[in-house]
Amino acid sequence: MSEGVSEAVAPKAAWRPGNDLTGWLQAAPLTLILLAFLLAPIAMIVVVSFWGATEFSIYPDFQFDNYAFLFGSEVTYRVFLATFKYAFITWAFTLAIGFTVAYFLAFHIRSQPIQIALFLVCTIPFWTSNIIRMISWIPFLGRNGIANQTLIDWGLIDQPLEWLLYSDFSVILAFVHLYTLFMVVPIFNTMVRIDRALLEAARDNGASGLQTLVHVILPLTKPGIMIGTIFVVTLVMGDFITVRFMSGSQRANVGRLISNDIGLLQYPSAAATAVVLLLTVLIVIGILLRFVNIRKEL
Amino acid sequence: MSKMRYSRRMVLKGGVATVAATALPAPMVWAQDIKNITLRQFGTGVSNLNDVAKKVKEDLGFTLEMTALDSDSVTQRAATQPDSFDIADIEYWICKKVWPTGNLQAMDTSKIKNYDKIVGIFRSGKLTPESVIAQGTAPHSVGFVDGPDGTSFAKEETGWMTLIPTIYNADTLGIRPDLIGRPIESWAELLNPEFKGKASILDISSIGIMDMAMVCEAMGEIKYADKGNMTREEIDKTIGIFTEAKKAGQFRAFWKTFDESVNLMASGEVVIQSMWSPAITAVKSRGIPCVYQPLKEGYRSWGGGIGLSKSLTGLPLDAAYEYINWYLSGWVGGYLMRQGYYSAVPETSKEFMTADEWGYWFEGKAATGDITSPTGDKLAGAGDTRDGGDFYERMGRVACWNAVMDENQYMVRKWNEFIAA
Repeated sequence: MSEGVSEAVAPKAAWRPGNDLTGWLQAAPLTLILLAFLLAPIAMIVVVSFWGATEFSIYPDFQFDNYAFLFGSEVTYRVFLATFKYAFITWAFTLAIGFTVAYFLAFHIRSQPIQIALFLVCTIPFWTSNIIRMISWIPFLGRNGIANQTLIDWGLIDQPLEWLLYSDFSVILAFVHLYTLFMVVPIFNTMVRIDRALLEAARDNGASGLQTLVHVILPLTKPGIMIGTIFVVTLVMGDFITVRFMSGSQRANVGRLISNDIGLLQYPSAAATAVVLLLTVLIVIGILLRFVNIRKEL
Repeated sequence: MSKMRYSRRMVLKGGVATVAATALPAPMVWAQDIKNITLRQFGTGVSNLNDVAKKVKEDLGFTLEMTALDSDSVTQRAATQPDSFDIADIEYWICKKVWPTGNLQAMDTSKIKNYDKIVGIFRSGKLTPESVIAQGTAPHSVGFVDGPDGTSFAKEETGWMTLIPTIYNADTLGIRPDLIGRPIESWAELLNPEFKGKASILDISSIGIMDMAMVCEAMGEIKYADKGNMTREEIDKTIGIFTEAKKAGQFRAFWKTFDESVNLMASGEVVIQSMWSPAITAVKSRGIPCVYQPLKEGYRSWGGGIGLSKSLTGLPLDAAYEYINWYLSGWVGGYLMRQGYYSAVPETSKEFMTADEWGYWFEGKAATGDITSPTGDKLAGAGDTRDGGDFYERMGRVACWNAVMDENQYMVRKWNEFIAA
């Protein structure tokens, strides 16, 4: 509270015209960029979500039809639920894998050059495009793909496993594969900045390895985990192409609803869905930020 | 302007127009003017071929700019941006949607040299005098208007055409005969539990719904008054049947692009699915058996044509008519027919195909040598015959045409629900 007051008072006391103008000018580029490329498009989407559409055109209007249809359809709820399901499961797996990898890199590799080298190794898959990394799973997981052939050769199964491809399994597998690095990087970043003296202190006070992990390392890496979480959750919730390819168009998330609408020139309806998705994601991030104050802990 | 037209004919048709030309200015005027003309054509990928633009430059002298878009964007552009194109290469069902906007102009059939040779499907609607007209948006039903400014479609030939037909074909299900191992005769087989997890349908609502209707009718579940114009109840019931099948795991995947359909079939993920003719060819060219299976209920057919923008006048309009006449004169037709499509004026195309190609593609005869595509890929060898037989056998058994329904928006929403189900 006192901070707020002093801030409000301070500029007044030091008010000089030149100073003020310089400040405005310094803030202007970023403000303009954000206005033009962030706020204006979002405002446009919100406006269009109230417009009407014919089969091949849209017309300005102020109607709630798009929202009424969206909330009136049972499919919407199912699709939002599926989107949350994908986000949650992907989050759980990327966190488990990302945390383990980061932990190994940060605490088990003592030499910094090797640490950096191994970290770069993690990024190798990112040298190819997202789509290629995703699609390369398809021949691997297919009915006559390498995975099934190998399992049959080993005598583990008699019939090819159908659920390997074009299923929730393949969708989540692709998500985890695509997005784990987004978890590794921020967690690794916070872990290397943990003061080693704290770990020694824990040890000196008789903490076991597990206790050190749970009571010292985990709380101190929370900001990294949170940043990774925000990355993964927003990426998964906004995705449509992974779901389309890996499920063979059989499953849907909110992104696919939007892309279907756009394909059929139903822009207002797509905009309405986008607004609801945006609010949903903002709420999710809002909740996440209640757990950790990223700014304070960075 | 009309003098230009006469001199143009002199250049392009040589002797035929010499008499007229003697009374008119030198043909050079036209020959030079025409080089500066650029006609902008847009349409779907099937017939928007760069080879055509190249040949137009060679034969006619003017420039044709091609833009290929997907059918939704084509519809939107034709409907909302009339000044962005001169020639629209669209399907007949798109014409039904776009014509009421007034962005296209009717064409005078007396200026179309080969008009009398255009196949009956696009004129009277009947392939042969005894043919029954199929359901859906049959091309002739949206092919004519009353006059140059007609806004509503005429029931019979009026001399004013909306689209000049260019390309069409009959679609059916593609199958993997080696993996099925028994004859397939009906559309109903798509939902046969025997193929659980090995079937697919295309995720393009306007075409997919027609394939669905063919299946539901073949199963005896629904009897449609018009598959091309369903009622809400019919849409609900059709999609209901497929949603149930989807939930029971009938489908391996849905496809949206040509390549996806080829890969699904070639990898053996799917053994029966909706498919397009060139996709079958692509699977076969990998040495994998694939058949475009003729079915007893008939084919789902589609047709495309070129329409002229309302804003086209004067010399460019004359050039456009010249382009249309050239289009129907055989070279393009031969090119398209060698890909497995049909040309609107088959007899002119014949001159641009070898006897073997004509026998294989049009007459359904066994090939005597290798059959290659226009780009040189081998499509069939000696002894092979085309699936479905000759032209009259295939086009004579069309059960419905691609269509746009009155309840289109409702159908689209239901389709979205089906995909999300």
